[in-house]
Amino acid sequence: MAKKLRRHVITMIATAGSGHPGGSLSAADIVTALYFKILHHNPENPHWPDRDRFILSKGHAAPVLYAALAETGYFPVAELSTLRRLDSRLQGHPDSNFTPGVEMSAGSLGMGLSFAIGVALAARLDSKGYRTYVLLSDGECEEGQTWEAALSAAHFKVDNLTTIVDYNGIQLSGRTCDIMNLEPFIRKWQAFGWHTIDIDGHDLNQILSACQEAEKMRGKPTVIIARTIKGKGVSFMENNVAFHGKAPTWEEAERALKELD
Amino acid sequence: MDEASTRETYGKTLAELGKQNEDIVVLDADLSPSTMTNLFAREFPKHFFNCGLQEQNMISIAAGLAASGKTVFASTFAVFVVCRCFDQLRLCVSQPNLNVKIVATHGGITVGEDGTSHQAIEDLALCCALPSFTVVVPADAIEAAEAVKAAASSYGPFYIRLSRPKTPIVYPKSYHFTLDKAMTMRQGTDATIVAAGIMVAKALEAADILAKQDIDCRVINMHTLKPLDEATIVKAASETGAIVVAEEHLAQGGLGSRVAQTVTRKKPVPMEFVNLGDRYASSGRAEELLQRYGLTAGDIEESVKSVVKKK
Repeated sequence: MAKKLRRHVITMIATAGSGHPGGSLSAADIVTALYFKILHHNPENPHWPDRDRFILSKGHAAPVLYAALAETGYFPVAELSTLRRLDSRLQGHPDSNFTPGVEMSAGSLGMGLSFAIGVALAARLDSKGYRTYVLLSDGECEEGQTWEAALSAAHFKVDNLTTIVDYNGIQLSGRTCDIMNLEPFIRKWQAFGWHTIDIDGHDLNQILSACQEAEKMRGKPTVIIARTIKGKGVSFMENNVAFHGKAPTWEEAERALKELD
Repeated sequence: MDEASTRETYGKTLAELGKQNEDIVVLDADLSPSTMTNLFAREFPKHFFNCGLQEQNMISIAAGLAASGKTVFASTFAVFVVCRCFDQLRLCVSQPNLNVKIVATHGGITVGEDGTSHQAIEDLALCCALPSFTVVVPADAIEAAEAVKAAASSYGPFYIRLSRPKTPIVYPKSYHFTLDKAMTMRQGTDATIVAAGIMVAKALEAADILAKQDIDCRVINMHTLKPLDEATIVKAASETGAIVVAEEHLAQGGLGSRVAQTVTRKKPVPMEFVNLGDRYASSGRAEELLQRYGLTAGDIEESVKSVVKKK
């Protein structure tokens, strides 16, 4: 299924003529694990009060989210080809007004973890058992608000929230270690009072077991640092800064789809 | 005139609302003894979150709570919540039209001695720029309580601006507030003063002074800047032929700009504006600052005389 989502991502972005392939491809296995194995959700009733919530904080990875929503039945797969077009429900960045299944309008980085804390606190206030999942990019951990949120999640003991960082090591203009070094990354989260789990973000079993471990943790929030490869699955996009925010040409898209066959 | 604190009223009203509505959640950013949300926190500790000095985090948390069915009040000083958190207000609250009520205290220059860093004088322009927001500036403590209750019972984002000092009471206790319906405080035929917040009391004072000079002024309390009660403005323009707008805010983008847009489009008449112009103020006592920066009854009086000459 992850391969299928990647194929959708390539076709959608090539058709739209703009978008961010790299960060969708790096997150494809995580999103697949969530939508097909982990989340309790009901595509026929996107507002089901007891659903688990998935919040895509790294809003530029909207294509992989849309692909998962389409494949699980929130809207027809055929609609994916309307990405970024006028009158499409599939906006350039996630928009909760437009798209069934999108929990939060995102695209300005660093806000999703805070929003997810609000959602998780509401579950606690209502004594509801749903769980909240939020996917961050490593780049957006350069935003101060992410660390405000990190402090407060530990302070409020938000343990019904699973945070996943898509640690692909690349942002728009270069490698994160060159642009604004995040290391020692895991120790930072630990110092902020978090339980941390370090995994290969392309290994489905590791993603599943990390999410199970996070669910069992009581009294503190958990972050899964998912080591990923930007552009994963397409040889000429892998670890290639250029494909952070550039659409493939049709010729490139065809090569990519062949590799993902 | 008697005086009362709009922020103390806010805290008391919140505590009352908490008894009626268990979906109310209140957030504050380390200023609850000043914003008086502590009066709610005392009664409903589980429904109160002190977010520390993390205003941006607070607004996005508020949005997450609201997206999950809560009616969220988020408070701190006006300058911190609006100026610092504009992107969060925009993308987390306004754009998805979530049920978050920003009740900001310490608006305007009457914050006083703390100086320009603490004086929100651009907040109304910024909040009025946000689609889906309702923007209210109560004229006194009685109206503040009514506005907070109206916010709690209407869906959608609100910005309510309150003051630091006690402010004159301009309404009887029996006053009933209707959201987006301006209140005509005094009838008149020669000119209209449109005011909001603390400037309503000043406008009434100016109208008394002008009456002695045979200038008969209408005074309108435009407590809700957005959506704007255009009908009341058009009626005043038609019946009095001249309008002065008075506000504790910069010249651009606040009440003056909004009233002028309506007047030019629907019933052009001469206008004058009493505001802070295009500059920051300074430290000083509230009343001293109002005098220094041109926000007194006397300043309104002069503007009315000047606008009447243009008729």
